[in-house]
Amino acid sequence: MPKVGIIAVGQSAFVRSYPGSIRELAFEAFRDALKGLPIRAQQIDASVVCSAPEYDKQRTPAGLIAEYLGLNPQPTFYVESVCSSSSSGLRTAYALIASGLHDVVMVLGFQKMSEISSAESQERMGRGADIQWEAPFGTMMPAYYAMHARGHFEKYGTTEEDLGLIRLKSSTYGVINEKAVFRKSLTLDKIMEPKYIATPLKMMDCCANADGSSCVLLASEQKAKELCEKPVWVRGLGMATAPINMAGRDTFSGLKCAQLAARRAYDMAGLGPKDIDVAEVHDCSTEAEMMAYEDLGFAEPGKGKDLIRNKETYREGRIPVNVDGGLLSKGHPIGATGGSQIRTIALQLRGEAGPMQVPNAKVGLVHNIGGVGIYGNVSIFSVD
Amino acid sequence: MGFEQFGIVSFTSTTKTEKFVDFLKEGKVCGTICKSCGAKFFPPRGDCNFCLSEEMEWFGITGAGELITYTQAMYAPAGFEKDVPYTLGVARFEDGAKVFGRLDKSIPDENIRPGMKVRLKVIDLDDDRLSYVLTQA
Repeated sequence: MPKVGIIAVGQSAFVRSYPGSIRELAFEAFRDALKGLPIRAQQIDASVVCSAPEYDKQRTPAGLIAEYLGLNPQPTFYVESVCSSSSSGLRTAYALIASGLHDVVMVLGFQKMSEISSAESQERMGRGADIQWEAPFGTMMPAYYAMHARGHFEKYGTTEEDLGLIRLKSSTYGVINEKAVFRKSLTLDKIMEPKYIATPLKMMDCCANADGSSCVLLASEQKAKELCEKPVWVRGLGMATAPINMAGRDTFSGLKCAQLAARRAYDMAGLGPKDIDVAEVHDCSTEAEMMAYEDLGFAEPGKGKDLIRNKETYREGRIPVNVDGGLLSKGHPIGATGGSQIRTIALQLRGEAGPMQVPNAKVGLVHNIGGVGIYGNVSIFSVD
Repeated sequence: MGFEQFGIVSFTSTTKTEKFVDFLKEGKVCGTICKSCGAKFFPPRGDCNFCLSEEMEWFGITGAGELITYTQAMYAPAGFEKDVPYTLGVARFEDGAKVFGRLDKSIPDENIRPGMKVRLKVIDLDDDRLSYVLTQA
């Protein structure tokens, strides 16, 4: 398989409400990615634009954004897998380059969620589940993850406090991430206040909506070496799917799509969980991070709680996870999230992650889930 | 009215499985079985993904099931606000079918736990709508 490298990454600040239009929001990440580099729009052969369309008033945003970024007349199109859209965009860009069709491809993820109310947004998110058989009961994403939390508690004895410890870790790093929406320091007492969204998940177990954009620029091996001093190579791409309907699930203590995506990514990379130096996982809820520890093989099934109790997923621990604050602190602008995770890992592997830097990080992993385990994307990167 | 009679808020008006609502009116919660290869489906399907047949017959989910997991929702999406709090769960029935739905509001909170025995009950809703709940067996 030909080598494909990341040559630039960018991200807007993630905010509760971006004071501009979606094209301007997209430009923030684009500008951030290209700043200081000798690359301009003319050298980008194609672009993949990623978001979840139910939040967009603009129909077919790829064309609009390509124009505003100066990418005409090159190919552009839209890729969607809800919360994992920009990881699916990465997969698409990789295929475009590895096939020889294009040399330089951009993945641009964005979401402006602030134009609709939180209840409306929950209703739209709930419709990311089965609208024929489940949404008529009043479904929303936190409730689905809550049922998995209950399943995990029941099977393994995990507790609400274990989930609280994951939020505590998140806040530790949210404070030092200048692009995060939630930068307040939290105490475990504050996190454990019984403000339930969907039992056993409380307010602080759930990530917040946000506006934001992300940009990842990829290139063939030759172009990457020409255009970039320190490319970050795509080593493994795993994707898998699982039934959207809860009645199709065998278990509520892990996500099958993530387990299979991880195995596929490790196989492609020829690596295993022990080789990962730093990881970004899809912590749209604390329970989602707990399951990710186990689904990715960082801990045996049921032992994820020991990782967080022993602070093994802190920056100084055995396997640092979400040391940029994750979705819980950064916010979760659906289409931009995967690209933001990829950006964090690229910065870590280049040694450019500032106060969040994990020393000597050489191999990084991104785990990005769409829906409640409908789409699982696991991607592995390295600098060598 | 057809399938849009199912549930508190409906997002689907037409489906090959519209008879689901007719069975609800008879007090039954039904899935489908493929007449060609015998595959069993709940929720019901109009097309068999195993043998591609669209010849289906209906079966009722009867007897006792066991609650696998649940959550009490304290917030609701738009259109469901007046219902909170409500409990959503998944149960496995004796014939292997798994059913997602709301739990009957009459079940005391302290009785709700994974492993609780449940059965299905059809309920009438406002505006000539109907649904089912998981109630304690």
